[in-house]
Order: sequence, then C-alpha cells, then structure tokens
Amino acid sequence: MNPVRVEAHNIRLSYGATPVLRDITLAVEPGEFFALLGPSGSGKSTLLRLIAGFNRQQSGRLLVGGKDVGGVPPWQRNVGMVFQNYALWPHMTVLGNVAFGLEERRLPRDEIRRRSDAALELVGLAGYGARRPGQLSGGQQQRVALARTLAIEPEVLLLDEPLSNLDAKLRVQMRQELLRLHRRLGITTIFVTHDQEEAMTISDRIAVMDQGVIQQIGRPIELFDQPVNRFVAQFVGTVNLFEGELREGTTFASPALGTLRLPAAMSPGFAGAADLAFRPHAVHLLDGDAAESERAGDDESLRLEGRVAGAEFLGEAVRYELRVGAATIIADRPHRRGQDRLADGAAVQVQVAASEMRLMPRQAATPASDG
Amino acid sequence: MIVAVAIAIAALLFVFLAAPVASVVYTAFASGAGGFTAEYFRSFFQISLMRESFWNSLHVAAMSVLFASLIAVPLAYFTVRYRFRGALLVQTLGVLPLVMPPFVGAVAMQLLFGRSGSVNLLLNEAFGFTLPIMQGLSGVIFVESLHYFPFILLNLVVAMRNIDGAMEESAQNLGASGWRLFRRIVFPLALPGYVAGASLVFVKVFDDLGTPLVLGTTNMLAPQAYLRITSVGVEDPIGYVISVIMIAFSALALWLSARILKGRDYATLQRGGGGLRRRDLSPWQTLAAYAWVGLVLLLVLSPHIGILLMSFSRVWSLSVLPEGFTLAHYATVFGESSAMIGNTLLYCGLAALIDVVLGTAIAYIILRTRLPGRQALDWAASAALAIPGVVLAIGYLRLFRGVELPFAEGAFTASWIVLVVVYAVRRLPYALRACMAALSQLHESLEEAAGNLGATQARTVRRIVVPLMAGGILAGFVTSFITAAVELSATIVLSSSASQAPMSYGIYLYMQSIAGRGPGAALGVIAVAVVGVGTYASHWLLERRSADPDAAPAAMPAAATAL
Repeated sequence: MNPVRVEAHNIRLSYGATPVLRDITLAVEPGEFFALLGPSGSGKSTLLRLIAGFNRQQSGRLLVGGKDVGGVPPWQRNVGMVFQNYALWPHMTVLGNVAFGLEERRLPRDEIRRRSDAALELVGLAGYGARRPGQLSGGQQQRVALARTLAIEPEVLLLDEPLSNLDAKLRVQMRQELLRLHRRLGITTIFVTHDQEEAMTISDRIAVMDQGVIQQIGRPIELFDQPVNRFVAQFVGTVNLFEGELREGTTFASPALGTLRLPAAMSPGFAGAADLAFRPHAVHLLDGDAAESERAGDDESLRLEGRVAGAEFLGEAVRYELRVGAATIIADRPHRRGQDRLADGAAVQVQVAASEMRLMPRQAATPASDG
Repeated sequence: MIVAVAIAIAALLFVFLAAPVASVVYTAFASGAGGFTAEYFRSFFQISLMRESFWNSLHVAAMSVLFASLIAVPLAYFTVRYRFRGALLVQTLGVLPLVMPPFVGAVAMQLLFGRSGSVNLLLNEAFGFTLPIMQGLSGVIFVESLHYFPFILLNLVVAMRNIDGAMEESAQNLGASGWRLFRRIVFPLALPGYVAGASLVFVKVFDDLGTPLVLGTTNMLAPQAYLRITSVGVEDPIGYVISVIMIAFSALALWLSARILKGRDYATLQRGGGGLRRRDLSPWQTLAAYAWVGLVLLLVLSPHIGILLMSFSRVWSLSVLPEGFTLAHYATVFGESSAMIGNTLLYCGLAALIDVVLGTAIAYIILRTRLPGRQALDWAASAALAIPGVVLAIGYLRLFRGVELPFAEGAFTASWIVLVVVYAVRRLPYALRACMAALSQLHESLEEAAGNLGATQARTVRRIVVPLMAGGILAGFVTSFITAAVELSATIVLSSSASQAPMSYGIYLYMQSIAGRGPGAALGVIAVAVVGVGTYASHWLLERRSADPDAAPAAMPAAATAL
C-alpha cells in the first residue's frame, strides 16, 4: 500500500464554550513519522482522536489520502490507532485481539490466521498467540497493541503516548523498535507525546501545540535552534529566556538583566517587545582570573558578570545556577576528569556567542479568540 | 485479642450456620441405625410429586433468569450508553422492587394479571381473549423476574461503567460497530457483572418460599420442604432430602459463577481512562426510550400499585378496579398487628447490628492480620448465601429442638431470639461485603501512621479504622436490615406465635384468606414504607458524608449538538 498524506485545514473544535482546537492546519507527508508535541490540555490528543474519527470538528476539513473523511465513522476509516493504555481486551487471547480487526473485515479464516501470525512475528511475539493479555509484561502488551493495529494494514498509524506506560529503559528500546518498524513499513505515522526528548529522537517532523494552537512545525533541529516563540523555546529543551524590549538596533532593555548592548553580529531586523533566548550549553563560563586575560576578546559575544548560586552535577557537565544582576542564568560547563565544581559565591564571567542567541518578537500571550 | 475474637466468630458461625446445615445433611443420609443410606433419596425420586417439584423449581429459576435478563440487559445498556434523563429513572426503578418482597405483591399481581384480573378483563372486553400470565408456574416466573431483575441490572451497570472507553474505541478503530461491538466487546467485558447478578437471581428464585406459597403453587421444592416439615413432622426424612438438593443447587450456581468469574476480574478502567462514551439520542429515539422505560416501569410498579389499591379497596374482585375505597384495613392492621411492626424493627435492627459488628471484625481479620486460616472465616460467613432460608430454619428446628433458653421460659426455637439469629446469619454476607469494600479502600498507611504515633492496635481500630469505615458499615447495616425485614422463607418456618411474629409473617398470614387480603395489603404498604424510608435515609446519610459521591463527569455536550 502506498503511504498517504494526512492534511488538516482550518480545523476548529470546542467542547461547549471551551475551544480545544483553534484553526489547526497541517500536512503530514506520506510515510512521515510525525509527532504532535505539547503539554496536557494542548489539544494534541483531541487532534489525534479526530483523525481516528472519535471526535468531530465543528469546521475545517480533514483529508486522508486526499479524501475528506469528515463524515466517516471510526469503524469505516482505515486509520489504525494504538491507545495509550493499549486497550487490549482481557477476555480474548493475544491472537484473538490481533485477529479482531481482520474478522470484522470478514476476511477468509486462513488469511486472518496468516496475517495475525505475521503481525505478531513483526513485533517479535510469534508464539505468544495463546496467552492472555494479563499474562504479558507492559512492553509485550504494547507490542500486541501494535500488532493488532498493524494487522489491518491501516493507511495511517496513530500512536497515543505510546511509550508513557513503559519504564525508562524499555522506553528507549521501544523507541528504537518503533523507528525500525516505521522504516520497514513506511506507513504514515502520527504520534502524540508530551515528552520532548521522545519527540526529538524519533520524529521526522514535530508540531508543537499549546492551547489548541500549533505553535511551530519543523524538524527537531529547527525547533531546537530556531524556536519561533518563548513557548517553543521553553518546551523544547532547557533555555535561558529574558523578556525585554529591543531598541535602536542592538540595545536590549530587560527588567532582569538591565540594558545590554548585544553583539553587532546579531542584527535582529525588528524592534519592540522581544524575548532573548540561549541554551545552557551555549554559555561559556570563565572564572575570575581567566576572565581578566580574555577580556580583550572578540566583539561577537555577549559578556556578563555574575556569581555562582548553585550547581547540579550531571556527569558529562555541571549545571550552574548563576546570579547575574536580578536574573538567574543556567549554564552547563562540560566536566573534565578531576575538575572540581566552582564554589558557591565565586565570581564568574558569562559569555554567549552571538550565533548561539536568538531574539524572538513577542506575540500576545494567547491567540486571538475565535471569531 | 485478635485471636480470641476470631475464635469467637468461628464458634458462632459453627453453632448457628455449620452445625444446623450439617444436621440437615446428616439426617438426609442417616439410616435409622445411624449408618449411611441413600434410601431417602431413592424414595424422593420415586414420589412423582417430588420429581415434578424438582423439575418445576429448576424450570422456574432458569426461566426467571431468562426473563429478568431480557428486562435488565437492555436497561443497563441504555443507562450506560446514552445520555438521557430516563437513566435516573432506570436507576430508581432498579432499587424499587427490592424494597418489597415478591410474595407481598403476588396476590396483587393475581388481581391485576390473573385469569379474571384487570388486564385480562380489559383484554377480553376489547379483543375477546385473555393471557394466562398468572397460571401456575408462569405466575411464579412472572412475579419473580419482575422482582429480581434489579440484581442483574445493578451488577451489569456497575460492570459496564467500569469498562474503559478505549476498550470500545479500539474495537471501533479496528472496524467493529453496532450489535457486533456489543456482542464481541461490551457484553463480554461486562460478563462478570452479568454472571454475578444472574447467579444471584437463580439462587433467590430457587430458594423462594413465599411467592409459590402465596400463589398456591406448591409443586416446587421450597414449598414441599416446608409442607413436609410442618405437616408430616420434623422427623420426615424427605424434607431433609429436599433441603440437601436445594443446598446443592444453590452451591452449584454460586460455584459455577465463581468459576466463570475466576481470572476474569476485568477492572478495566485504567488510570486516566474514562468510561464508555455517552451518546445522544435523537428525538425519536428519546421518545422510544421513554416509552419503553415507562412500560417496564409500569410493569415493575404493578405489584406496588396493586398492593396500594388493595389496601384501600372495600371489594376488589372480578373488576378492573376496586369498587369502593376504605381506610378500614389500616385501622385493622394498627389494631391487630402494630406489635408486628415493632417486632420487625427490633429483630432486624438487632440482626443488622450483629452483622456489622461481625462484618467489621471479619473484614479486619482478613485484610489486616496474618492469622492462619483467616480466609476460612470469609468463606464460612459467605457460605450463608448458598443456604436457602427454609433449609437453615429446618436445621435450627432439628438441631436446637429441646434446647431451652438460659434466662427465660421456653424453647430457643419457639422464641423471637431465633429469628434474630437466623436473620443475622443469613444477612451476614451482605454486611461483610460492604465492610470489606470499605476497609480495602482504606490505605494501610493511615493505620501505620497511628501506630507510629503510639496508638495500640485496638485503639487504632477504634479511632481510625471504624470512623473511616463508617460509610461502609452503615451501608452494610441498611442492606442487612432491609433484606431481613422482607425475609419470609425462614420466618414462616420459625414463627410460632402471631404475637412474636414480624411483619413479613403477618402479611403472609393475612394473605391466606380472602378477607385478610385488605389488611395484608395494608401491612405490606407499611412494610414497603419502612424499608423505603430506611433505604432513602441511608442514601441520604451516605451522600451527606462524602463531599462528591460521584465526582460528576464534566458535562461535555458532544460536538454534534453544537449546531
């Protein structure tokens, strides 16, 4: 089966007076592994359920493979969904679960058997058919749920928080397995997660959602390096973020940091309310003496004076909490063997290269209400 | 301390439950010389009336389960699946029959549905034919299924409510809908609830003595056991054979249901999961739903309505409605039988009190101690469910004959105390379930915290466990009380004098004669009122205790209705 495209055009949905999806437009390319990432209540699960047919939009169009599926009930859409809690039926065997969708399609008995076995084999559970779901571990249940969905050969695979019920180690393993399966089957896959690490590591592209609005769609690296607003910057990775106002080219007036002259190389190209963002690992830390000698450095960096307020040892790095004026800056300093952490209260100089900083024009906090 | 309590409870259960039942079984198999014999069983099956009674009892119990299911399953599905206000009506409807024992309404049902009852008079007038609903066994089946379907309804509703919505949605996602979705996913997942309810209905109907007696259908096992013991005598072995057969079938039904349920604890509602999604009905569907619920409601309420009419009617015979109304029957009842009302309150109150004390103690021993053999207490107490009231009563007559009361005149089996004991033993499983449920919801750390702060085990029970279990204990008390108040099987056998009899026996006595029907109905109305008030009061108390009993699911009108 050729992979299909999934498109949403201006989809709106509200429960009573509460808008849940506001003007959602996106296109998932055929064969893409696409993540819907956002905090709880962002509307990501609602959107997924809408694609499966369990929710119905009030306006807008949903196209699967170019066909509008608006009025098609769930059982007539060929869109397979793996539920967060797997939803395996305890009154059936593993094989019974996997064969269910094929039986509902009234396929011949031997074909049902063949395809069920193939699906179980695909997820590495050949020979588990006679067991009951309750006799399986969480990871195995997850695989059965996957096999059950893949058995019907859906046009689109939907995964609702597929890894959230697994323990940390299994999660990493299952993540790889999902990727492997996806590469092998090439099926258009959309999955919902609130875990940015999960989304970043396996998806081709991610749509970051908040309050029923898609904040940004992009490849993981784009989202990390070029977030369009403070929500995306904060949700994807750890970030130092300062609000302020951009004046006269590169003067940034921030309540927390005071008035700064940003490196000329930044040339933001706009003025007005803005957020300044940089990642902890982009902060270069110099302790007292070294700072003196490097003072006459380049003009390409922002330099600030601060003091160490706290530290967490992460292994590969030490994460420092620095007090700079009224602000707190998080800085990761790579750890070298034998090196001690900087003492609390130690004076440090903070350097951030212009290329590592991002200025984002600030939008209104919530999107304009639907009208 | 705990050990002493456990031993005391075990001793009580032995003397008042195990020993009487054992004596019944022993008598059924003991030859005159004291050896084992199957002779009585052989003669039982040689008597054609007995064979007939045996098959009749099985037939009636099975058909009652069938008809009760036909009423209950669609109602349960409706309540859980659709968003319509009638759901509340169905819930009410679910408990209504339970506040009136089937035998009370049986006579009224005859007046309404009998050969010359209101319905058939109307049918005959309009269409020229009649329905033999109340003839013989059909009458018993009709009355029993109308009375016991709530057991299936309530269990099924709970089971369906616990089904995770994702269980159904995943089936829809894989292509199932409509009837197939119900048959393959929803009903199988709710099966434990159905089986629990259905087996209860079977046992209840199989054991019921009052309804067949009042309807004059004596060719069934329970009436035969009663008649043999009361007319032929306590020594008649056939009565004991019948008792053993009744125990066997009750136990078999309960064992079968336990077996079916084993390993099928589909508590499928998972963390963060919602129940089945409610759907909206179209206006036409709503109308049809209301019409149907209304019809069922009318049927279910017909014994109540009939009893109410009877209690006010001067004459009601061969007419659609009574001819003339009067309050005389109530005057008669208050004149003659006010003591019976007091007796019921006293006996059932005492029995329920005993039940919750024992229930709390057993629950604590089972769930909170490591006492060896503690599980046996649970089994022993619950075994009472499988013992028909007639059988237990016969066991008492047999085992305690000649036993005098220590501080009073007269035999134990002739005093009112035996009624309290038999009620307490028979209703203990209900109170025990309620107490177990309440205690298992209590996190053990609450008690450990008390212990950590210096409270002894006994004081922890008194200050922490019992107060926190109060809701469950109260629920157990009320269940025991109201079910004891309407118990007739053991009451008929053990009531010796009208002055010491409870209301249930009084109603039965009145119903024996045509002239007594009016006062009998009046007493029935009073019994329903007593039980109804009790039920309502307990609901009210329970709801006042818990801030939000059913954390109302956020009403989310489906998107489709926004138009």
